[in-house]
Amino acid sequence: MAGAFAVGRGTAHAGPDGAATAGDVRQAAYAFRGAHQAGIVTPAQDRLHFAAFDVLTDDREELVSLLQRWTLASEQMTAGEPAGDGAVGGDVRLPPDDTGEALDLPASGLTVTFGFGPSLFRDADGRDRFAIADRQPEALRDLPHFPGDVLDPARSGGDLCVQACADDPQVAVHAIRNLARIGFGTVAVRWSQLGFGRTSTTSTSQSTPRNLFGFKDGTANVKAEESAALDEHVWVGSGDDPRADWLAGGSYLVARRINMTIEVWDRQPLGDQEMFVGRTKGAGAPLSGGEEHTAPDFDMPGSNDQPVIPVDAHVRVVHPGQHGGVRMLRRGYNFVDGSDALGGLDAGLFFIAYVRDPATHFVPVQLAMSKSDALVEYLKFTGSALFAVPPGVGPGEHVGQALFT
Amino acid sequence: MRKTLVAVAVALPLLAACTQNADTAPSGGSGDAADPRALTVDSSADACTLSATEAPAGTLTFDVTNSGDQVTEFYLLGEDGLRIVAEVENIGPSISRALTVNAPAGTYVTACKPGMTGEGIRGDFTVTESDEGGDVSADEQELVDQAEANYAAYVEDQSAQLLEKTRDFVERYKAGEDDAARALYPVARTHWERIETVAESFGDLDPMMDAREADLEPGQEWTGWHRIEKDLWPQRAQDYTPLGDDERATYADDLLANTEELDSRVQDLTYTVDAIANGSRGLLEEVATGKVTGEEEYWSRTDLWDFQANVDGAKVAWEGVQPIVEEKDADLADQLTSRFEELQDLLDAQREGDGFVTYDQLTPAQVKELSNAVNALSEPLSRLTAAVLS
Repeated sequence: MAGAFAVGRGTAHAGPDGAATAGDVRQAAYAFRGAHQAGIVTPAQDRLHFAAFDVLTDDREELVSLLQRWTLASEQMTAGEPAGDGAVGGDVRLPPDDTGEALDLPASGLTVTFGFGPSLFRDADGRDRFAIADRQPEALRDLPHFPGDVLDPARSGGDLCVQACADDPQVAVHAIRNLARIGFGTVAVRWSQLGFGRTSTTSTSQSTPRNLFGFKDGTANVKAEESAALDEHVWVGSGDDPRADWLAGGSYLVARRINMTIEVWDRQPLGDQEMFVGRTKGAGAPLSGGEEHTAPDFDMPGSNDQPVIPVDAHVRVVHPGQHGGVRMLRRGYNFVDGSDALGGLDAGLFFIAYVRDPATHFVPVQLAMSKSDALVEYLKFTGSALFAVPPGVGPGEHVGQALFT
Repeated sequence: MRKTLVAVAVALPLLAACTQNADTAPSGGSGDAADPRALTVDSSADACTLSATEAPAGTLTFDVTNSGDQVTEFYLLGEDGLRIVAEVENIGPSISRALTVNAPAGTYVTACKPGMTGEGIRGDFTVTESDEGGDVSADEQELVDQAEANYAAYVEDQSAQLLEKTRDFVERYKAGEDDAARALYPVARTHWERIETVAESFGDLDPMMDAREADLEPGQEWTGWHRIEKDLWPQRAQDYTPLGDDERATYADDLLANTEELDSRVQDLTYTVDAIANGSRGLLEEVATGKVTGEEEYWSRTDLWDFQANVDGAKVAWEGVQPIVEEKDADLADQLTSRFEELQDLLDAQREGDGFVTYDQLTPAQVKELSNAVNALSEPLSRLTAAVLS
């Protein structure tokens, strides 16, 4: 994955001086092609536009053609170039290929990451539209219902997904807008989600950001520098699934739209908030002491014969130590989609995690969380999707080529 | 909310009592020279070092830093070394916590308790006379005792009524008297909703009695009020198969048995004033997250009964501690009184017969109005516990 960086990480996310880095960040450009798709271990950018698509056609060739065209456009846009023949200078009698709003903007660290949903392999009626059902990965199944799920079908599922991340929101939106335009007739947007303020850190050079509860999140994330951990927890290994060897070097993407009941949360006393999370709000240190990156001591006794990190604290319930050591690469974003009908913020965390196998690395953790995490009282799960993310795109290839050959 | 409830057997610090446990930036060894009421405490494995052992009466802040490697606690005790005036618990290694306490002039004892065992590392502490506050009404202990006793009696009474009406309800339901059962459903549940934060504190009973369909874990059987609710109001269900007589009896008997268990457990509970104040806030949160959105009673649409019952319970809890708050923060007391009234006026406008209109009869504007009133009340209510303990 080192080869995926066209510009060094050092310039992408430099020191703590926000003003100085903001300019540098937008100059970053990440190569579209490589061993793994960019946008997974790439240092998490600040903005997201995520789109799920339904495939309208039953024609395999048409689908493959779209993946070819998406690959070319993505390669252009991640390099900071307009899509197709550009936005200006072409035949004045024709609408331009590129929509133009990213003209004059640098690449801004744009990455475009593609995934395939379970319904691409077998649709709702069980039909194998594209002759790939026998290659459907065993783990690529609709996620089970979790307690607390109030999923909106219009915000869940999808045949295909595209994750566009950039340090400029206009660049991320431009990517999804142009890919959707290229796809009209072959695919249609099922749902899309904007995110801001990355909530995770995917590189040790990044500081841990805060979610909308005001807490640091994702301290224990798998980082790009941990290559052994990536192989163990994030990348699908060759031989993991004999039916789906095309996925080796890829990953699974779990997307969950998690609404926070912001107004109620804001009325919780600080001490309670910290007990729900299991960390201090300021420094992010576990309640068992130390600094942010100090390992939590879940056995440390606290007052009143209870452990100092409460039994239902978020940090305990989801900690890898409670789940046989499984870790995720989280890459979520905060979202605020305006306000709901009652004037409350329609806001929360758009959770994205990359894992080697959702059955072992996500489902048990989500179940434990739904069952016994104090935070769940302040959460509503309103969207959910699972995608298989194919490995990186080699020279001359299109994304997902191994699945269709 | 899960945390805001309960019901502990031990009396918490009261009288001149505390409390505001705030997270603060780690501080050095010395207090703020400009403010003699701001003190620092360094709690190490074998020492409890205060920046000063004397302060003028008023609101004192102890910024406690744990420099040891075990969890520590800090106490301000009365002259007898027994009565807890204020405390801060669960300070992890290298973590700081602030303790704010309104202390009148007198002689005190301070104690750090690294490892939370023994009587701690103690020292003498003197609060000197000053012009600023620090007075404690001699009647306060009486008010506190009164509030605690009254609330325990209220919970017991509601639980007894819940049991009686549930018994009646399940009999009608088992006998196939569906109209009578439907009429009793929101009436019986009113007594549950009035003490919901207490009932929910029993983590084993709550899921068996009050789970909604979407709350279930894979493999968990759906039982309790809402299971029966769906059977009585299946109109919104698709392809619903009504329960047979045997199934009805199973669910009904199960609900009654759990209600009896709840009632017996409630008899042993006592409540501290801060638990009562937290309960008031918690009940309004139940309104905000379930009732005002029409999610609680999905099948019967009797959400406004629950709404009113949560407000009833919150109001009783508030009125229990009101005399204490009137002495300590009269403005907050006035605000809470008037906002409870405003919310009640809106609810009264939706009364119909002995109860309320169903949720689907509310216009979006009416729902919004109710929601605004809930928010208006919830904000000052979130300051109630701190005011009671200040």
